[in-house]
Amino acid sequence: MTALIRMDQVSYSYPVRGMVLDQVDMSLFAGEKISLEGGNGAGKTTLLNILVGLNKPKSGGVFAFGRERKVETDFIEVRAKAGFLFQDPDDQLFCPTVLEDVAFGPLNQGKSPDEARQISIEVLDCLGMAGFEDRVTHQLSGGEKRLITLASVLAMKPEVLLLDEPSNALDKAARLRLIEVLQSLPQAMIIISHESTFLDALVTRRTRLERGKVLDL
Amino acid sequence: MPQFLEHSMTSWRGQQVEHKQSIVDQFDPRARVLATVIFALTVVFSKTLWLPFLGLLMAFAFALSASLNFRRTLRRMIAMDMFIVVMVLMLPFTMSGDALFHVFGFAASKQGFIHAIGIALKANAVVLTLLSLVGTLEASTLGHTLARLKVPEKLVHLLLFTVRYLDVISREYKRMRKAMKARAFVPKNNLHTWRSFGYLVGMLLVRSLERSERIFDAMKCRGYCGKLYLFDTMQWQQRDTILLLSMASFAVFAIASGAYVA
Ligand SMILES: Nc1ncnc2c1ncn2[C@@H]1O[C@H](COP(=O)(O)OP(=O)(O)O)[C@@H](O)[C@H]1O
Ligand SMILES: [Mg+2]
Repeated sequence: MTALIRMDQVSYSYPVRGMVLDQVDMSLFAGEKISLEGGNGAGKTTLLNILVGLNKPKSGGVFAFGRERKVETDFIEVRAKAGFLFQDPDDQLFCPTVLEDVAFGPLNQGKSPDEARQISIEVLDCLGMAGFEDRVTHQLSGGEKRLITLASVLAMKPEVLLLDEPSNALDKAARLRLIEVLQSLPQAMIIISHESTFLDALVTRRTRLERGKVLDL
Repeated sequence: MPQFLEHSMTSWRGQQVEHKQSIVDQFDPRARVLATVIFALTVVFSKTLWLPFLGLLMAFAFALSASLNFRRTLRRMIAMDMFIVVMVLMLPFTMSGDALFHVFGFAASKQGFIHAIGIALKANAVVLTLLSLVGTLEASTLGHTLARLKVPEKLVHLLLFTVRYLDVISREYKRMRKAMKARAFVPKNNLHTWRSFGYLVGMLLVRSLERSERIFDAMKCRGYCGKLYLFDTMQWQQRDTILLLSMASFAVFAIASGAYVA
């Protein structure tokens, strides 16, 4: 079985800082939910950024959905198939209203406005957020923002989910709700998180990013 | 920085000020914006005093039908009138004409005085109408409206992003300010204070820049290719046409009555 996403000997460093990733190997197979743990500044966000081509590796290769991805145009397809949930929901919710935000992805994928609206309403409904369509995004609570960003990622029907600290700054009820939602999703996932209760409920394999290497736990 | 200045610089509540639903809210936002534009043009170009005065009366009527919050509106009007007052005091002395009276040997002209009153009336009429008809729209609705009215897309996006992120940036500012306070920082008039505020502003800029990059990344992740799509539920109704027609007849009436000939 080939991996959905694979990193092969990837190294990365920021200009003013030493090695963040040092010849990292990592792969994600269908049906897997793997955790990516590690201290602050270990490079977890950077790793996900490299997977979707927001940062380009200094050396090594990224293989996704059947072929190697090198240049910006290669990654457009990757980004459509691998939904990336950002660490800070405020970075992701940039449209004025919830409906516009959730429909943004489908519209970019060439759906008609009516189709996009239909898909968005279905996804919101699925996450228990029906009736939020016309809410203004910056007036939502933290937990609501999180679920709406998840909806806007799911609306693109991704095959893989990359979640950057999804349970960050959520209260207990919102966290349980998120766990429930994520458990019900069929997609393969990479979940960055520090919270073992959250991870225990979800993941099938645990990994840790430490001193530039990804280790299996 | 004085407390009240700091507050008004960083507190952004204009968009979520809840106001009571009123007759004005039954009109289509496009009709409200267009009516305001017609009204403003009609009043501003007048060369007589009675037209701006009539405009001010109309503006009061709009304010009443929008059931504006009295204190909030007054505060905003006064903020503008501060500038107007200075101008009203200056204009009679800077415009030549028949002398009305003298102060320290400077003549105050009658023409200047009338001109100043005209400007004061116009400014108040237009701002009050703006507050009643457009100020009662939610900021993002205003963005949608402008997009529908074919205002250049870039400007609309600029407005929508500003509305969206002003609050985020102001939260960031407050967080840093609180962190300074927590370490016993008290603003005084010394180098340390100014340098610290410099760092604060600098950090705010850097963080905003980084955030804008992350937002752009997030947009790329969802397949952004240069276009934002807006959904809205605006519906033009008969009463909107009527509103526009009445505004237009006000303009025609103003032209016919010779308010634009000196
Ligand atoms: N744009 C950048 N420029 C320079 N250094 C950066 C940049 N982004 C992140 N870093 C540095 O790279 C390291 C890894 O960051 P990141 O991937 O965000 O860590 P994590 O998500 O694990 O907390 C950190 O030390 C951070 O300071
Ligand atoms: Mg991170």
